[in-house]
Amino acid sequence: MSSDVRFTDFKSDKQPTWCPGCGDFGTMNGMMKALAETGNDPDNTFVVAGIGCSGKIGTYMHSYALHGVHGRALPVGQGVKMARPDIEVMVAGGDGDGYSIGAGHFVHAVRRNVDMTYVVMDNRIYGLTKGQASPTSRSDFETSTTPEGPKQPPVNPLALALASGASFIAQSFSSDALRHQEIVQEAIEHDGFGFVNVFSPCVTFNDVDTYDYFRDNLVDLQEDEDHDPNDYEAAKEVILDSDKEYQGVMYKDENSVPYHEKHGVTEDMSEIPEGAPDDAMDLVREFY
Amino acid sequence: MAEDLNWAVGGEAGDGIDSTGKIFAQALSRAGRHVFTSKDFASRIRGGYTAYKIRTSVDRVQSVVDRLDILVALTQRTIDENLDELHEESAIIYDGERSWEADIPDEMTAVDVPLKSLAEDAGGAIMRNIVALGAACEITNFDVEYLDEALEKRFGGKGSKIVENNKEAARLGQQYVQENYDLDLDYDLDTTDEDYVLLNGNEAIGMGALAAGCRFYAGYPITPATSIMEYLTGRIEDYGGHVVQAEDELSAINMALGAARSGARAMTATSGAGIDLMTETFGLVAQSETPLVITDVQRSGPSTGMPTKQEQGDLNMALYGGHGEIPRFVVTPTSIAECFWKTIEAFNLAEKYQIPVFLVSDLAMSVTEQTFRPETFDMDEVEIDRGKLVDEDEVDEWLDAQGRFRAHAVTEDGVSPRAIPGTTDGAHMSTGLEHDELGRRTEDEDERVQQVDKRYRKVETAEEQEDWDYREFGDSDADNLVISWGSNEGALREALEYLEEDDIDLRVISVPYIFPRPDLSDEIEAADEVIVVECNATGQFADLLEHDALTRLKRINKYTGVRFKADELAEQITDKLSAEVPAQ
Repeated sequence: MSSDVRFTDFKSDKQPTWCPGCGDFGTMNGMMKALAETGNDPDNTFVVAGIGCSGKIGTYMHSYALHGVHGRALPVGQGVKMARPDIEVMVAGGDGDGYSIGAGHFVHAVRRNVDMTYVVMDNRIYGLTKGQASPTSRSDFETSTTPEGPKQPPVNPLALALASGASFIAQSFSSDALRHQEIVQEAIEHDGFGFVNVFSPCVTFNDVDTYDYFRDNLVDLQEDEDHDPNDYEAAKEVILDSDKEYQGVMYKDENSVPYHEKHGVTEDMSEIPEGAPDDAMDLVREFY
Repeated sequence: MAEDLNWAVGGEAGDGIDSTGKIFAQALSRAGRHVFTSKDFASRIRGGYTAYKIRTSVDRVQSVVDRLDILVALTQRTIDENLDELHEESAIIYDGERSWEADIPDEMTAVDVPLKSLAEDAGGAIMRNIVALGAACEITNFDVEYLDEALEKRFGGKGSKIVENNKEAARLGQQYVQENYDLDLDYDLDTTDEDYVLLNGNEAIGMGALAAGCRFYAGYPITPATSIMEYLTGRIEDYGGHVVQAEDELSAINMALGAARSGARAMTATSGAGIDLMTETFGLVAQSETPLVITDVQRSGPSTGMPTKQEQGDLNMALYGGHGEIPRFVVTPTSIAECFWKTIEAFNLAEKYQIPVFLVSDLAMSVTEQTFRPETFDMDEVEIDRGKLVDEDEVDEWLDAQGRFRAHAVTEDGVSPRAIPGTTDGAHMSTGLEHDELGRRTEDEDERVQQVDKRYRKVETAEEQEDWDYREFGDSDADNLVISWGSNEGALREALEYLEEDDIDLRVISVPYIFPRPDLSDEIEAADEVIVVECNATGQFADLLEHDALTRLKRINKYTGVRFKADELAEQITDKLSAEVPAQ
């Protein structure tokens, strides 16, 4: 790990094919800056992504990376981290990827509390398939597959995380660059599963949850001196408040014990002997 | 007679049938006798008929047969279920004090032992099975001290009191038969000085994984694969590894994929429906050229089928499962010892060729315990080959003009260099999308063709460099040929002995590789008759061989959910040899 890493070292030379103005640009920039700022470099970083616009992130960043299948990025990230505790793992997903097809994995990744960072680019729509309702779409949001709206309430990912026993829950807004970076940075530095839901507007298909909407409605918890992220009850109140949109760190368990500490998973598993282990015949003798 | 003894204990699931059988099997193994076990069990926790059967001999045994000499029956159903295997010389140990009155055919020897009350005398009704084991020792003139050793192994961890009580229970059973029966049975069990180990196929796979340096295992509980996970849990940690019980099979294979990409030797194992779920990620594993061992312990399908019954029905899935075209290796151990060696080979193949390897076993092998000489698993013979894993210095050779690592470089042998996280300048991405040499998405026609060709060239390289051979036994000059894969080999070896008595000579080929596989065209052409034996209804392996050799083959298929028995197989082979070749 070199100390002179710049965030541009995490940039690949591939030009993103995201739509001009897409919120994902800001989300990714903040992730790269946060990684550099926390002392990581591309050779000790593993980025995992799922499917959708968010899934393209591994191509536009430079690091060890895997672009996986829809909804399954979190298990891949956990496998990487368990086998290689020395590697910084960041998982990127979208609202469809993470809260629909991957919702089951989300719950279990949260409760395992593996020391990694999960950034969800939440634009409240399916963009890459050209504008269908996502799990976070409003119940009256009209789309090609839901002409009268989904008619079901949106998933509250923060509440889902809280209910699953999350040790770090945050939300940011991709165009509030500095705050977004700070929040992701805090998630990286957290000992355990750092979850950040990022409002990352889709300028092509979502004309409701727009930059203007978030700018006008977003309440920053940092400006609320009363909010203590270590206070579970306060976090619950903010997270379950459906009248407002918040950014900031909602909840942070100061006593979080990450998976590798709890289960003693601390070895670099990539190194193995050249033959069977020295005491391997003991494995056979067990069957006498 | 009686050198070859068939013994069983049966009752309701939850009666401790499995541990009772295992204890007796271990006692026999300690006495230097060969053991081959099989299990009948239902898909439920308590209740329902279940049995543990042991065939034992001073000579090697590797199959079950249609004969039962001593039966410990804890229920009437145990007797009814096994009636066709019982014979005039059979002895049945039962407890006449229990609420049922055993209905035992007159010609058989009924040994009524008050199992429950004797167990209570020894310290607890729970030991009634051990009383029965003591009785069984007396009937077979088997030294009860071997049973003591097995009881010490089994209960040693629970304290000396428990061990002593169990030994006492065995003694009471033995004495009761001594004092109350004057049996005229000829079941003397000889012992030898041989030291054997007794293990089943899943234990052998787990042991092979540890020997091969597997450090990460993720799985989801499913019969009959779970015992691999159970074996590794508590042992893999000794080597710095870890087992995760994932939330589902989708997660399990993706976790294993992540661990493999970060440089660990990783494995997952499942069965039936679990393989279906893993198929989605299987494509990603193959397309991203990740070395991963995926074990499928086959059970009876489709859907939930018969989860506790034998079948070899997943061959087509292993070969063709997943959308699109993608190479994979399919390795199919044919014995418990091979479960160990082929697991090690699977890890080497996976890393040498950066390809997913299906290790396909089956239920019969997974639950069967068998005795082996310990040196069968000689750890000094284990070789580890990690393939083209590049370090910091070697990375330079594989950078493009811009200094980017060519993780999917098009090479002559089809195998690209592999850099794991932490390797300076080795950073790269991999994806399930079609990609260029850098691993980046492409739809360029030339690059697509180059990458597809590269992936298949690995198979050609492996076909040349590795030994995809078969095992042969019987009479190599015989006119008739029998071909088999998977766990049928043991039954076939013994069937040969029955067939020899009828002057039928056979050449038998047992194949541990499905893809790549040995070309058997010449062997098939040279034979008058060819029969393919497999535990499925349609003959999936026979289809492949017919395709390879462009000829029609006779088939023996069993899909009752029960494995082949040696004597049954001998009979079917005899019938098949005189039958017409099926019409085209």
